[in-house]
Amino acid sequence: MSGSSAGGVGRGAGQRGAAKASAAAAGGRRTERLLNLVIALSATRRWLTKQQIREAVPQYADCATTQAFERMFERDKEDLRELGVPLVMGGEDPLFDDEAGYKIDRDAYALPEITFTPGELAVLSLASRVWQQASLAGPATRALVKLRSLGVEPDESSLVGLEPRVRTSEPAFDPLYAATRDRTPVTFEYRRSGGEPGTRHVEPWAIVSWHGRWYLVGHDRDRADVRVFRLSRVSSAVRRDGRPGSYSVPEGVDAREVVAGSVRAPVSRPARLRVRSGTGLALRRRATGVRPGHGPDASHDEVLLDVADVETSADELAGYGADVVVLDPPELRAAVLRRLRGAAGLSEQVAR
Amino acid sequence: MSGRASTERLSRLLAEVPYLLTHQGIPLTEAAEHFGLSTDDLVHDLELLFVCGTPGHLPDDLIDAQWDSGYVYLSNADAIARPSRLAVDEAVALLVGLRTLAEVPGLHDREALDGALAKLSQAAGEASAAADSVAVDVRVAGSVLGAAASEDALAAARTALREHRRLHLTYLVPSRDERTERDVDPMRLLSVDGRWYLEAWCHRSEGTRLFRVDRIEAATVLEVDGTPPPQAERRDVDSDLFRPSPDDLVVTIDLAPQAAWVVDYYPVESVEPAPEDAWEEAQLRVRLRTADTRWVHRLLLRLGAGARVVDPGWLGVDVREAALAALAAYDGGPAGAGA
Repeated sequence: MSGSSAGGVGRGAGQRGAAKASAAAAGGRRTERLLNLVIALSATRRWLTKQQIREAVPQYADCATTQAFERMFERDKEDLRELGVPLVMGGEDPLFDDEAGYKIDRDAYALPEITFTPGELAVLSLASRVWQQASLAGPATRALVKLRSLGVEPDESSLVGLEPRVRTSEPAFDPLYAATRDRTPVTFEYRRSGGEPGTRHVEPWAIVSWHGRWYLVGHDRDRADVRVFRLSRVSSAVRRDGRPGSYSVPEGVDAREVVAGSVRAPVSRPARLRVRSGTGLALRRRATGVRPGHGPDASHDEVLLDVADVETSADELAGYGADVVVLDPPELRAAVLRRLRGAAGLSEQVAR
Repeated sequence: MSGRASTERLSRLLAEVPYLLTHQGIPLTEAAEHFGLSTDDLVHDLELLFVCGTPGHLPDDLIDAQWDSGYVYLSNADAIARPSRLAVDEAVALLVGLRTLAEVPGLHDREALDGALAKLSQAAGEASAAADSVAVDVRVAGSVLGAAASEDALAAARTALREHRRLHLTYLVPSRDERTERDVDPMRLLSVDGRWYLEAWCHRSEGTRLFRVDRIEAATVLEVDGTPPPQAERRDVDSDLFRPSPDDLVVTIDLAPQAAWVVDYYPVESVEPAPEDAWEEAQLRVRLRTADTRWVHRLLLRLGAGARVVDPGWLGVDVREAALAALAAYDGGPAGAGA
C-alpha cells in the first residue's frame, strides 16, 4: 500500500490526487515547484530552455504571463543557488543565445563520498547548534540535515550538556558577513568611542567574535591601513561599495590576533594593594603574593597583583571602595582616587 | 508558506530522499526521529515527494513512496538519489562552529573533532575557504580569577555532567565580595557572548541557578548522583538568561559622555537622551533593573564623575558616603596622606 489509506496499488490516480491535495494543504506548493525543477534539471541530458522548463514543471502553469513566469523562475534560481544546488547555463551551440538552456551538473550537485563516525557526527551536530540563535542558524541546520542523509547515527555521549553559543544581535552582522564572504567593499557610518560618527570605506577581511563582541577586520581605504571596527558601533546601514571579488585578503593575516592586538593591553606590571581582611576575594585569588599585616595594621593585608591596563584595573579597584587602597604604582592610585572623588561629588579642582 | 520556509523544506526533502533510498523498509518513526521530525511532518514530506517527479509527470515519472505499513519504501527518484553538496553558508556555519568547539577547554573527543574538521573541509571544497571570513573566540578570558582556575572548573563541570554527578562549588560573588559554598546538580554548560555559564540545580537555594564559570573558585566532583530534580527547568537562553525580575529595584542614572559605554555592556532597560533639567554633563538617562543594588553601587564608584544617580535618592547618598570613606582610607593608610 502506498500514498493513502484507501488501499490498492501505489499508482492509482485517486491516491495521487489525495496526496496532492494533502501536500498542497500542508503549504507545499512552492516546495513542490522547486523540487520538480531540481528533478527536471538533474534528469535532463540536454540543456533545457526556459520554455521547456516552463512546460516541464507543472506548477509554472500558475503563471498567467511569460513575464510572471520569468520573474518566478529568476527567484527560484536564486533559491537553488542559496541551497548550493549548482545550476549551470549553457547551450549546444554557444553562438546562439536563444538556444541557451539550463541544467544541474549532477557531479557538482552531489556531496563527495564521505563517511563520518558517530562521534564526528555528534561534534558536527553540536557545531551546528553554536548558531542556534544567530544569523547562520538556517544554513547550519540545513547543513546538518544534509549530513544526516548519510545515515550515521551520532553518538553524543561525550558531549552531554555542552552548549557553546554565539549571538549576532548587531544589525550590521548580516551585510558585513555577506560582504566579507563575497570580498565586496563596503561603506558605513561608524561611531568612535566618544567621537562623532564618520563615513568609512572598508575592504572586509574577516568578522571576529572576541570576548563576546563582534569586530570587523579590514583594509580602511581612506586611511590606507588595517583597521578594526566594532559592529555595535556601525551606526548606519552597510552599503556595498564595489564589485564582489574586487580585492584579495593578504595571505597569513590572523584576524583574531589583529583584534586581540587592538583590544588587549600590552604589558602588565606589579601593583601593591592594602586590602581589608576578608575582603577583595577575587583580587586575592589572582594575587601573586599576600603579606599579612602586623601590629596595628593586622586588620589589613598587602596584596600583590599584576595589572595590565591602568584604567581597567582602576575601574575594578574603585568598586571595592574603602576595602582596597592602592599603594603602588602611583598612576593606578591616582586613577582610583580620580574615580572616588568623582563619585563623592568632589571636583578635580578641590582634589587633594 | 514563506520563501525561506519552502527552501528549508526543499533542502530537507533532498536530504530525506538519499537516506530513505538507502534505508528501504525503515520504520516511519525511526526515519522521522533521524531527521528530528514528528511522524506527521515526515508523512507530509512523503506525500509531497509522491506527487513530484520527472517531466511528463505521468505515474511512471513520479517518485514512488509507500509508508502505510509503518515502514517506508521509496523508489524512482534517481535524479536526486545522492545527498547534495554543502552551500557556501552551510559550510561556513559548520566549519566555524567546529573551530569554535576546538577551543572549548576540556573537550574530550579531540579525535572526533579533528576528523570532522578534516572531512568537512574536504567535502566542502572551495566553500571552505569562505570559512576564514568568520572567527569566534571562546577561549576563557576576561576572568576575575585567571584563566587556569576557570579551565579547572570547566573540566570538573564537564566530568560531572558526563557522569551525572553532583558538584561542590566554592563560588565568588564579586558584587557582594562574598564567597559561598554550595552543592549543585549540573544541567548544562553554556557559552554565551564569550563567557561560560554553568546552569545547575542549586541545593542551597533550592532552585535553578546560573553560575559564571570564571567565578567558580573551586569545583569538586562528588561521589553522589547529580541528576537534577524534576522541577529543575532550563531557562530559555536567548530571552531569559539575563531577564530581570519584575520585583527588582529600578535605578535611574544619568551618564556623562565618557560613561556612555555602560549602555553597550549592561542590560539597561531603557536609554534616552538626558532631559534639559538634568545635571549639566549628562548625555544619557538610563534605567536599570536589579535585584542586588550592590553591583550598581560598585559600578557607580568606578564611573566616578561620569555618572549620577537620579533615583532612588538613597542610593546616591550611599555611593557618595562610600566614596568619602574610601578617600579617608587613602588619607589614613600607611602610605601616608595624599596621592
